[in-house]
Amino acid sequence: MPLRDIAAITGIGETKYCRNAGRSSVSLNVEAALAAIRDAGLQPKDIDGIIALTYGGIVAEDFMTNLGISDLRFSGACPLGGASAVAGLQSAAAMIKAGICRHVLLPAGRNGASGPRVTNIVAAIPQMKVLAEFERPLGVFGPAQFYAPMVRRHMELYGTTSRQLGEIAVTMRRHAMLSDNAIMQKPMTIEDHQASRMIADPLRALDCCIESDGAAAVVVSAADFARDAPNTRVLISGLAEAHPESPSIATQRADLTKLGTAKAAPRAFAMAGVTPSDIDLAELYDCFTYIVLCQLEDLGFCKKGEGGAFVEGGRISLGGALPVNTHGGLLSQAHVSGMNHIVELVRQLRGQGGKAQVKDAELGLVTGYGDFSDASIAIMRRG
Amino acid sequence: MDSAYTGPLPEPTQDSQPYWDGLKRHKLLFQRCVSCGTIRHYPRPMCATCHSMELEWIESRGHGHVHSWAVTHHAFHPSVKDRLPYVMAMVDMEEGVRVNAPLRGCAPEDVSVGLGVSIAFEDVTPDVTFPAFTLA
Repeated sequence: MPLRDIAAITGIGETKYCRNAGRSSVSLNVEAALAAIRDAGLQPKDIDGIIALTYGGIVAEDFMTNLGISDLRFSGACPLGGASAVAGLQSAAAMIKAGICRHVLLPAGRNGASGPRVTNIVAAIPQMKVLAEFERPLGVFGPAQFYAPMVRRHMELYGTTSRQLGEIAVTMRRHAMLSDNAIMQKPMTIEDHQASRMIADPLRALDCCIESDGAAAVVVSAADFARDAPNTRVLISGLAEAHPESPSIATQRADLTKLGTAKAAPRAFAMAGVTPSDIDLAELYDCFTYIVLCQLEDLGFCKKGEGGAFVEGGRISLGGALPVNTHGGLLSQAHVSGMNHIVELVRQLRGQGGKAQVKDAELGLVTGYGDFSDASIAIMRRG
Repeated sequence: MDSAYTGPLPEPTQDSQPYWDGLKRHKLLFQRCVSCGTIRHYPRPMCATCHSMELEWIESRGHGHVHSWAVTHHAFHPSVKDRLPYVMAMVDMEEGVRVNAPLRGCAPEDVSVGLGVSIAFEDVTPDVTFPAFTLA
């Protein structure tokens, strides 16, 4: 398998997550980047590749200029919306395998709460141009509206309920309350979820992720270097990116309940040489509760249509069979385009999970999900 | 038109201009590949089945059944504040493609998978017409 164990995550960094940082997105990004580089035991000049998430106007040049990176050899982009961060891991590993890079920086973050909100900028994203021309004028403006018909279809076909979605929201909140860097700290019950106002039926306010200010970054290094890095090595064993049928808009997708994740999962598991039952914990992109449920199915943790039952009974809680989003996710920690999910998985596999540490976590999975169901998966192991 | 439309307007491209022109004439048009006959939507220059770029525009019979739907309760845009909640219906058209448009004259609790609907046309400005659905 070409990219198996070629690369490792050597550095992680995060700013404080909040609702109003009071400083620029660039400032947040370079702070997180520097923290990740130092965590890897590196200097900024060691970085030879950058895959920047361009949302919020952040570009590789911002990092070169602020960090003093004088000889960058690769500036990449992964335009997959919320799937970009994890897709960036695949690109970084490929650049390392090709011998072009040794240390690739992946930063993400913006002033997502105090700056422009997603609904107001999403139509300007090039990948959203079909939406912008044909559906936005008719009344489809924000992501909750993009995905609500997928949720409704799942409910109609499989009997999935709003309360089951609530189980996911409540679990993420409980996990966030164990973190000292999660924005949402107020306890949540299923009844709170059910009482939250309807946004785009069947999605309620508490089915939607939060919007926040902050940044996160990771450094992906060649596996041979990582053996000598300061922290426990976290190898990237399985990687995949996939794009769904009808990638420009969900409307024309034959099966609305299937994400790109369904194509990516067999590839990522085969590369890593493991199966879903081997996974100790999962950090799943959670822009909406339903996207967690649907990914659990498309990843193969349960069958299509059984996601609702799967998330019940504490299975995805800390202490359950498959702890999910031990940091609280986008739903309750912060929205850092899922870079915070990668950071958290690395922390867990190093044994630095604090109060949310999954006991004996050795093998974990992180996903991205974005635009109209683009998907990315990374399977990582301590080693 | 009840009142002046203040929502976003489409910016047609060379590929989609005939579609918008059709709506203006109260016709819902789909593209059909001249080479293999595949009908496609939304408008685009190439047939993904046979890769022909020869196309013709056919008028939809305007009938379909609800595949899924969403009911918007939140004012994502100031222009929709006065019409909340509204139903957006994803409809399997008889021609085999899907259309996502507002469903008028049907209470949110009365929508269901398989519900029969027909196309309608809403002139939002003197130059622009949007598709919508009504109960069949």
